[in-house]
Amino acid sequence: MQDRAAFLHFLFGRLGWDAIPYDVPILVYTFAVVAVLGAALLGAITYSGKWGYLWREWFTSVDHKKIGIMYVVLGVIMLLRGFADAAMMRIQQAMAFGGSLGYLPPHHYDQIFTAHGVIMIFFVAMPLVVGLMNVVMPLQIGARDVAFPFLNNFSFWMTVAGAVLVMLSLFVGEFARTGWLAYPPLSGIVYSPDVGVDYYIWSLQIAGVGTLLSGVNMVVTIVKMRAPGMTLMKMPIFTWTALCTNVLIVAAFPVLTAVLALLSLDRYVGTHFFTNDLGGNAMMYVNLIWIWGHPEVYILILPVFGVFSEVVSTFCGKKLFGYASMVYATVVITILSYLVWLHHFFTMGSGASVNSFFGITTMIISIPTGAKMFNWLFTMYRGRIRFEVPMLWTMGFMLTFVVGGMTGVLLAVPPADFELHNSLFLIAHFHNVIIGGVVFGLFAGINYWFPKAMGFKLDPFWGKVSFWFWLAGYWFAFTPLYVLGLMGVTRRLSHFDDPSLQIWFQIAAFGAVLIFIGILALLMQIYVSFRRREALRDTTGDPWGGRTLEWSTASPAPDYNFAFTPLVHDQDAWADMKRRGYERPLRGFIPIHMPKNTGAGFILAMLAMASGFGLIWHIWWLAGGAFFAMIAATIAHTFNYDRDFHIPAEEVERVEAGRTLLLAQQA
Amino acid sequence: MHATETMSSAAPAQGFYLAEEHHPENGTMLGFWIYLMSDCLIFAVLFAMYGVLGRNYAAGPGPKDLFELPTVAVNTSMLLLSSITYGFAMLEMARMRKGATLLWLAITGAFGAAFVTLELVEFAQFIHEGAGPWRSAFLSSFFTLVGTHGLHVSFGIVWLITLMVQVTRHGLTPTNQRRLSCLSLFWHFLDVVWIGVFTFVYLMGVLR
Repeated sequence: MQDRAAFLHFLFGRLGWDAIPYDVPILVYTFAVVAVLGAALLGAITYSGKWGYLWREWFTSVDHKKIGIMYVVLGVIMLLRGFADAAMMRIQQAMAFGGSLGYLPPHHYDQIFTAHGVIMIFFVAMPLVVGLMNVVMPLQIGARDVAFPFLNNFSFWMTVAGAVLVMLSLFVGEFARTGWLAYPPLSGIVYSPDVGVDYYIWSLQIAGVGTLLSGVNMVVTIVKMRAPGMTLMKMPIFTWTALCTNVLIVAAFPVLTAVLALLSLDRYVGTHFFTNDLGGNAMMYVNLIWIWGHPEVYILILPVFGVFSEVVSTFCGKKLFGYASMVYATVVITILSYLVWLHHFFTMGSGASVNSFFGITTMIISIPTGAKMFNWLFTMYRGRIRFEVPMLWTMGFMLTFVVGGMTGVLLAVPPADFELHNSLFLIAHFHNVIIGGVVFGLFAGINYWFPKAMGFKLDPFWGKVSFWFWLAGYWFAFTPLYVLGLMGVTRRLSHFDDPSLQIWFQIAAFGAVLIFIGILALLMQIYVSFRRREALRDTTGDPWGGRTLEWSTASPAPDYNFAFTPLVHDQDAWADMKRRGYERPLRGFIPIHMPKNTGAGFILAMLAMASGFGLIWHIWWLAGGAFFAMIAATIAHTFNYDRDFHIPAEEVERVEAGRTLLLAQQA
Repeated sequence: MHATETMSSAAPAQGFYLAEEHHPENGTMLGFWIYLMSDCLIFAVLFAMYGVLGRNYAAGPGPKDLFELPTVAVNTSMLLLSSITYGFAMLEMARMRKGATLLWLAITGAFGAAFVTLELVEFAQFIHEGAGPWRSAFLSSFFTLVGTHGLHVSFGIVWLITLMVQVTRHGLTPTNQRRLSCLSLFWHFLDVVWIGVFTFVYLMGVLR
């Protein structure tokens, strides 16, 4: 009997039947729905015999456009999960007053707010941002692919592996109950002995490797692979913001990796970095995680500033106002984002001089950001504005984000922060800038570049429905939180005593309903557009009258992006080509050198996931075995020297002739 | 080269595109350099931890009780010598002498292995004396900083062996030369980090 228990412990670590939450009805129903939908999807793929197609054309693809699309799909799926968490919180807080305890016990509620934050930042915003950069940036600089195509595929699958681990925690074991940054000592082994924090650590570590490598990849792509003639000051603004964001990723994510590794050493080995005893110092964790965390929010917002710049310039039919000031503003924000981390914990007690320094640097950031805002306004001034869906999102952003920026400056004043720290005012502030900035920008970008990625436009009616519900929903959901925060209501509470507050939470819940309709309208928009794809098809490659190089090629762009590498003479390279009477070359095609697809990235990421699962559940043979298998597979992969091929000139000619035919039909 | 009125790489002032295949410069060395800088940040965090927690002995042993400079001196010289021998390997690679390159790589690997072995012996001794990483925050940060460096060297050795096999099989091809250059950067980078560890952890630990 003893032997059997020891053997089972060896085999399964601390994983047992008690890890399955079949006594929690909500999770059982969720699991049932996920299982049914998942089985239906897998069954449909099997039935239509698409597995081979998916594996060859998508999973193993090293094409930056396909990888970008897969990132966006991942982001949209995870948005549904992250929003479900948000909706559960809004319902609980609207109900749980006085005698009513609501429907979520604190144990469950705490996991939900942690999962909501982690998922929305790491598995919604990051994949969507990285996905847009993947699809668009190489096209904007006139490149055939990124610098390291295999690494790109690997990065994507590592992000997926992290997302899968987070989703798994819903049904096997539980997630962290610590808040999205898992501050110790709460996240230490003494106060969180179960698997929740371990799920948190390993999902972020695995996804973080992917993000870091993707950052290196993009920086090198932008530095080395721009089309001839595209000097730094002729790069499209989106490419500039992508460059700054990826520099931030390379300079910030290692800190996250290190600090999570130290936390895991505390938990697994028994070291004393962040413990209360034997010399540990939990404030070091808070410092380090925000040295990553503050640049992280700029990693999210900078690319969407780029999106807005492209959208405003295109839909106003003008060159962007103040290109150079836009570039300098972006670079200044990149640098300043490293000098403000302490404003997340003014209450730590660093003293007046330290707090003043960080308060002032924080306020200074509003200057370059304000410069950007004026640049967009002056681009619109006397422009011929077309109120297409991307432009609506941009204008919604400009109104909403300015308010978020101003409450941010308010929070940057240390004495004010002492009052508002940890309150719902803070929650309202960062949702104001993340929804009003990042999310609106991502939707603007998705609507804008969808035809380039997929070959047909998104349906404008459902796009407008989605926009208005999101915009109104945002204001209904978060204005009450500003009010509550000013009244001193703190965050992360699952129950309230004062019944006079309830109305505000009910208004916020109504806002969440509006946002839900906005999300449904987005899904409807994608569905309707897919059904109407022939009517919405973009045969020209330039559906909006664009100004940058991605619009000079077909929609969707061919595998090789450009039959001939473009020569750049102007900031708005494509607008310049159109003005000077560019004619598509029809002859003289040459073979094009391209990277080969490979399954190595998928295999390595799945091994990483298995290793992470083993570490979470203390299944040491699995953790170690998968880790060494990963090393071995990496080494084996380096023995493959045959990594590229040529697309023959005849194939290029055939594809280009198809486009010529389309364009002729158009005319 | 096909030249028409619109295609002209000779006069890019007017042309719209390149008629021949565009070959951007290979970005591997730049990419690897950027990766190394990100790795450098991991070490920066570990140094910062040591800087903040390095005197929290929690009534346990401190640097003066534990560190033996003669051992560390031998250890350090192993790593520094391995950097020199890697340099010799690169010189031989530049002369396209496969055998000599492999020989110097093997010597480099041996020095690296000696370094890691001495470090493990030191760790075992500390743990035996009751000064494991769980004893105090000082020892936690010491073991993590030095151990992370040792782990990097160990990975470097695995990589070195892999490259030796690949050079043996395929010779000093441009791909293999690039790989050897990357490992060279990695190896010298670890040397630089170790000089920081030697100075700030060992020397200053014993001096203060």
